[in-house]
Amino acid sequence: MTKSLYSADARTKRRNAAERRFKAYGAAAIGIAMVALVILLTSVVTQGIGAFRQTYITVDVPLPEAKLDKSGTRDMAVMSKVTTIGYAPLLRDGLVNAIAEAGIQTDLSEKEIGDLISKEAAATVRNRVLAHPDLIGQPERFSLLADGRIDGYFKGRVTMASAALDQNTSPEKLDLADKLRDAGIMQIKFNWAFLTAPDASDQRPEAAGLGVAILGSLYMMIVVLVLALPIGVAASIYLEEFAPKNRWTDVIEVNIANLAAVPSIVYGILGLAIFINFMQFNQSSPLVGGMVLALMTLPTIIISTRAALKAVPPSIRDAALGVGASKMQSVFHHVLPLAAPGILTGTIIGLAQALGETAPLLLIGMVAFVRDYPEAYSSATGLFGDPSTALPVQIYNWTQRADPAFVERAQGAIITLLVFLLIMNTVAIVLRRRFERRW
Amino acid sequence: MSLTLPLLVIIVLAIVGSFLARRRALSVSGGDIRHLASLPKQHGLNAILSTVVPPLLAIIAWLMAARIMEYRGAAPLWVPLAIMALAVAGVVLSVVKVSNTFRARTASETWIKGLLIGASTIAILTTVGIVFSMLFETISFFRQYPWTEFFFSTNWSPNFRGNSDLGIIPLLWGTLYISFIALAFAVPTGLFAAIYLSEYAGPRIRGIVKPAIEILAGIPTIVYGLFALTTVGPFLRDYFAQPMGFGDSASSVMTAGLVMGIMLIPFVSSLSDDIINAVPQSMRDGSLGLGATKSETIRQVVVPAALPGIVGAVLLAASRAIGETMIVVLGAGAAARISLNPFEAMTTVTVKIVSQLTGDTDFASPETLVAFALGLTLFVITLGLNVLALYIVRRYREQYE
Amino acid sequence: MNAQQDTKISARNVNVYYGEKHAIKDVSVEIADKTVTAFIGPSGCGKSTFLRCINRMNDTIDIARVTGDILIDGEDITDPRVDPVQLRAKVGMVFQKPNPFPKSIYDNVAYGPKIHGLARNKSDLDEIVERALRRGAIWDEVKDRLQEPGTGLSGGQQQRLCIARAVATEPEVLLMDEPCSALDPIATAQVEELIDELRQSYSVVIVTHSMQQAARVSQKTAFFHLGNMVEYGETDRIFTNPEDPRTESYISGRIG
Repeated sequence: MTKSLYSADARTKRRNAAERRFKAYGAAAIGIAMVALVILLTSVVTQGIGAFRQTYITVDVPLPEAKLDKSGTRDMAVMSKVTTIGYAPLLRDGLVNAIAEAGIQTDLSEKEIGDLISKEAAATVRNRVLAHPDLIGQPERFSLLADGRIDGYFKGRVTMASAALDQNTSPEKLDLADKLRDAGIMQIKFNWAFLTAPDASDQRPEAAGLGVAILGSLYMMIVVLVLALPIGVAASIYLEEFAPKNRWTDVIEVNIANLAAVPSIVYGILGLAIFINFMQFNQSSPLVGGMVLALMTLPTIIISTRAALKAVPPSIRDAALGVGASKMQSVFHHVLPLAAPGILTGTIIGLAQALGETAPLLLIGMVAFVRDYPEAYSSATGLFGDPSTALPVQIYNWTQRADPAFVERAQGAIITLLVFLLIMNTVAIVLRRRFERRW
Repeated sequence: MSLTLPLLVIIVLAIVGSFLARRRALSVSGGDIRHLASLPKQHGLNAILSTVVPPLLAIIAWLMAARIMEYRGAAPLWVPLAIMALAVAGVVLSVVKVSNTFRARTASETWIKGLLIGASTIAILTTVGIVFSMLFETISFFRQYPWTEFFFSTNWSPNFRGNSDLGIIPLLWGTLYISFIALAFAVPTGLFAAIYLSEYAGPRIRGIVKPAIEILAGIPTIVYGLFALTTVGPFLRDYFAQPMGFGDSASSVMTAGLVMGIMLIPFVSSLSDDIINAVPQSMRDGSLGLGATKSETIRQVVVPAALPGIVGAVLLAASRAIGETMIVVLGAGAAARISLNPFEAMTTVTVKIVSQLTGDTDFASPETLVAFALGLTLFVITLGLNVLALYIVRRYREQYE
Repeated sequence: MNAQQDTKISARNVNVYYGEKHAIKDVSVEIADKTVTAFIGPSGCGKSTFLRCINRMNDTIDIARVTGDILIDGEDITDPRVDPVQLRAKVGMVFQKPNPFPKSIYDNVAYGPKIHGLARNKSDLDEIVERALRRGAIWDEVKDRLQEPGTGLSGGQQQRLCIARAVATEPEVLLMDEPCSALDPIATAQVEELIDELRQSYSVVIVTHSMQQAARVSQKTAFFHLGNMVEYGETDRIFTNPEDPRTESYISGRIG
């Protein structure tokens, strides 16, 4: 007689144990992927969130006419002769006065007190004075950037011990910073300038911002969209709806699939050799960057557009052809509108990929140090021809700087980049959900 | 004379032409458009296309020709004149042709089809552009530097005063070592993750894990690179390399390999997911119906059936790993070295392409030109892997269709 | 009383739900040993769903829920102590579409015995495979090409291979889910002949959409309609003298 089903035999128990082990491996693999994602995002956020907060010193800066406008006529030519070197002592005086008023004791010399203010701050004051000459004469309240080391001290990057070894700051200065903060002269505020200001030099991490990079990325995305979307959709329509099945279209198919897998750096070489060296387009320009990224995005758009076209059932085409529409009319009047949500989703995903791409842009010179906001059009450089940088390249650029304050900036830039990507992907998902159609 | 004027002329002519063609179509039909073979708006469209397309092609042709002949400065007078003449001819011809019997729709559709074909050849042109952009510079590199040295020398030490050693072997070694570690980490993890998701996980877990893995896939490589530089590198150095006496470099093969492995997990898992789902359910039923457990079914029926597809996915992942740039630029180091110690800094083909092309160097020197030879080598290797993988995956899909 | 009348499977008040859908409604049936029992009925009537309850294949579908008792040799297979893996070795199944694994003919048949550990050594396994292939009435056709892939056989051969694969684990019950629906008439005749032979050793339950087939191969027939088991009895009686008007309509071709 056969064994009872109620008790598992030894072999079945062994096999079930193996089953549980196998399942555990799978769960572990998922666990590894999830843990990696969590660690990655946590490290970005913890290291980068500080970039969005910045230490400022709020003081009344004396603006004596004798120093800033010797002629007394508010003549721009005279006033602009006073450089930031002329302004810096005024800022220092303002801070020294504030310290005295608050009754804070310090052994630091006036020059050392001045070191607490960022070297960028003088330029901020000067620009404001040149824009509003009527400010001259009486003291004016300014929010000045604090020096990067002081900012780092409040964010935990700089400690008393590290300051003792640092020639750019000292424990005494940090001590004074603590007192200034208690007195309300020094505050930590949300750092809008990080999103709008241009890059800053090696010694001024506190002033470095993403303004130029965001603008450059935006210009490139416009170029990518204008080039890749029409070309990609046109190519897909031909391949999906009109192309005869022959060797030539086979070659194009394999070719597109391969282009989607070509390393991105190879596209950079293409851009350098063809667009810059051969076609003589401007180096570092959003136009060249956009063209390179458009070529990279093209396969993604073609693949998703073809999938969207394929999803439109043949009955729709037959119906259009049946009432006497031409093949072209059936495609443009019926198939394309139905496939549009899918095409749009694929395009946004392609743009998101292009937005995060770095390697090819390094080769076409977008890694350069750019402080001027690029113009969309200028007569000298043409459309999108100004030198510019881009978000991911700016991140790379900052990782190559010596001051660890730039790592915080780089991680902050990553947060910004990820937020942009999140928005784009959310839009894509919403579009897909909203217009998803089942036949 | 700049090309702005001809562009303006083309646009104006196109508008005028479209208007004239419609007017004429209405008048030849005597006001009753049922006499026309094509609608007035189709005559208009035909006029626009006939006016715009040929001169635009002529402009592009002239720009290319000028570059090839290294012609500098503004175009000679006959070029814009010829372009404008083409536009005028387009208007005149398309308007004159309007009649009750002329099939403007067929004519305009021929123009559109031509444009569609043109768009689809851009993909081919890109590949041709890639090959040519590297081929010429590679040839001039090999004129200055012996190819045997490039392919077989085990020494890489570029020297900007000349007499550089530019052997690719140490770079290839670093590339392959890092890719190997990345795949050794990503393939089992990605494959098991895909198996778990498609065969075990309930809809709730799938609803959480799948989007999370998609997030991992959408993160740009520069982010992974910085993760390697600031987090993984120092961690591996402090907790593994230094205590175990393997060295004290934060940039290492292990750092880059591990982070690249994380980057590849979603790639491997989504490809494997597609492939595993292509195995017909009837095959799983057959095995379960015989009393096999789920894991026995997966290991002995599903995976063997999906094997070609999985191999294709692994090849595609390998191609990605070999061509990956930012993670190795930030995580692997810059020293060309052949060593087995995974905690030592090594460098890759892609890192050297970046470093040789971003310095301020003379564009004709072998130290710069070598980047093109490296690029071509990289392209050939990845092309081989991609084509092989695509072939295998395609064959696999046909089997179950 | 002869051996034919021994009850092998006894189902009591079985209900199956697919999510919200009530697919099987309160079905009770006694299935005899060494008999071919046919389940007939229009498509979507639940006959296949009920069949899949007997070896708990419905467990593999996430949204399926089964209530009621199904007893095999007096043991309730829905009991939590019962391991479906062990159960399915005892209750084999043959599917609608031939589904040989992408392995050799030999490995297809050896798969079940291997996972259940039925063979002590290689020659033992060889014997099991040969015996199963003979029972599947396909030995003569494949004995010279055991190492060739099972997917290379014709449809009818594939289905007989799948039957051989099912009997290789020495089951006591053989479930067949429309085993001939994907086969041509000649292959169907061969499989039907085989089913008749299998009756000597097993309790065979076959789901079929062909009334002629049910009449040819089965001794007992159950008619399912909209999830209910309408009528159950001797095949001859069901086809000549149905009691329920729905059965009569179906047999005479008015519903289906």
